[in-house]
Amino acid sequence: MFENLFDHLDQIFVLLKQVLVGVLPAAWQPVASVVLCVVVIIGLFPALFALAVLLERKGLGRIQNRLGPNRVGPFGILQPIADGVKSLTKEDIVPISADWIVHFLAPVVLVVAVFMGFAVLPMGRNMVLVDMDAGLLFYFAIGASTELAIFMAGWSSRNKYSLLGAMRAVAQMISYEVPLLMSSVTVVMMTGSLSLTKIVAAQNHYTYGLPHWFIFTPWGFAGFFMYAIATTAETNRSPFDLPEGESELVAGYHTEYSGFKFALFFLGEYLAMFSISGMGATLFLGGWTAPLSILTWVPSWIWFFSKLMLSIFVFIWLRGTLPRLRQDQLMNFAWKFILPLCLLNLVVAGIWRFMGDGWLRWVVCSAILILAYLVMGRWGMRRQHIAPRSYRYAE
Amino acid sequence: MLGEGILKGLAETAKNFFGSYFFAERLTTVEYPEERIAPIEAARVFPFLVYDVENRDGGGPEWEAGLRCVACQICEKECPPKCIYIEKSKDKKLDYLGKAQYYPAKFDIDISVCMSCQICVEVCPFEAIKMDTAFELSTTDRFGDLLLDREQLAKPNEHYHKIHPTEAAAVDAHRAEEKMKADAKAKSAAEAAAAKGETGKMEVKPAGAGA
Repeated sequence: MFENLFDHLDQIFVLLKQVLVGVLPAAWQPVASVVLCVVVIIGLFPALFALAVLLERKGLGRIQNRLGPNRVGPFGILQPIADGVKSLTKEDIVPISADWIVHFLAPVVLVVAVFMGFAVLPMGRNMVLVDMDAGLLFYFAIGASTELAIFMAGWSSRNKYSLLGAMRAVAQMISYEVPLLMSSVTVVMMTGSLSLTKIVAAQNHYTYGLPHWFIFTPWGFAGFFMYAIATTAETNRSPFDLPEGESELVAGYHTEYSGFKFALFFLGEYLAMFSISGMGATLFLGGWTAPLSILTWVPSWIWFFSKLMLSIFVFIWLRGTLPRLRQDQLMNFAWKFILPLCLLNLVVAGIWRFMGDGWLRWVVCSAILILAYLVMGRWGMRRQHIAPRSYRYAE
Repeated sequence: MLGEGILKGLAETAKNFFGSYFFAERLTTVEYPEERIAPIEAARVFPFLVYDVENRDGGGPEWEAGLRCVACQICEKECPPKCIYIEKSKDKKLDYLGKAQYYPAKFDIDISVCMSCQICVEVCPFEAIKMDTAFELSTTDRFGDLLLDREQLAKPNEHYHKIHPTEAAAVDAHRAEEKMKADAKAKSAAEAAAAKGETGKMEVKPAGAGA
């Protein structure tokens, strides 16, 4: 009886949708089903955004031995509402020399592109809006178009800080897109599928009560590690927040945005964090599967969102710890450290696949990766001595 | 090894994060409007005029009668942003040393101009102007309400003792010494005058007799 109850709880949103859509005539049902899911996604993630902003401000406060916001409502929990009202009532300023159409479109394009990524994420058992065969490909293709929005914002503002921020953002996001994809490719190599539901299904086994998540393999651990670094850079989060670079560039590409357009950029940044964390959880942390076989009765969507919030917590923790990188450090790190390791990880994944079961592949794969990490860390990342630049013709 | 420093940093911030929930001494925040800490002794905001409660001379309210200021106008001249305006009185009053002094008929400080440099305090030879620690001075009228007059500026010596106890004690000791010296001088002068008066009388008499 309980099994049945928990099964229903697991599928509660799917059943609810069926009931709601069932009211309509059969011809409308497919469209209504999609619209309902879209509405839920558009409502749910901004709500999660409000929660995450509050947690971030409180968490950062505690990390710095401060109290964080505590004035609006008990313990400051109504702070996001106050922030929302503030951004809605603020004046929306468009610079007189800005290209106002592009200036207006940039935040819209960003938020739309980010929202589209959620379409293919499996958020629970049978809970995926579009179960695409090439879901992974779609996700990264859509994710890459956020760069366009950021460059639109920087270029149309006609402001040196905005443009510098946008240039940095594009350079950074394109550089880190490569390791992001490269680290995800190992998962595709293992599962032989680009479908995210199949990737989750491939991790949904247990041995001695422990899950077969990809993070618990040498190549998966290395892949997840590099994926996490690349996502931090991809979402412009500290320590890779050069595009915003508050202390150097005012606010980077959104210097000239105020009021609700700025709030949209803010929303876009957090939604990108959610979606890319959800993707990371799907690829390496088993998506909606439970971390122990005895916990499989807990609804799958609880696991997915727990993993999501845990990733957000790590993002906040990193932001509270690390100072911002310099542009050359950022680029060196991407091209000289992460990318070679990613390429090596592809080879390691191949070795893992073809060595068959047994303890030997664990030793071999781990040894290669640890050795590479140590060697690359020592020689690849050694301090660069930068002398004043000399010009051959200009002097 | 690469990444060691990052792990150390993460451990440190985690310690802060959890520690701040368990150890109250980690949170140094004073939630200002509800909680406040006593201002430190060396704090200074804007100047005020000291008055002594014991009446020295003349009528009027206590603050007016007891003002130490003698309208010498040194502070007005020294004030770098020129925010002090003084009008000297026509008549004189006796100060605590029993000396006839002018007093300020008008003494205005525009605290919107004042830069809290304390130069007026440094130059005052009469210990009459000191720095206050009150800082909640916002008003709705930026012209009228920020121009403080004599009455608003006058504060008793007890207030001075409360905000700067060490300094005020030194000032009081100095003033008591001055007063003692002045009294002794007055006494000796009186004695001398008395003695001289007697001899004078004696001298006058024969002269008168001679005349």
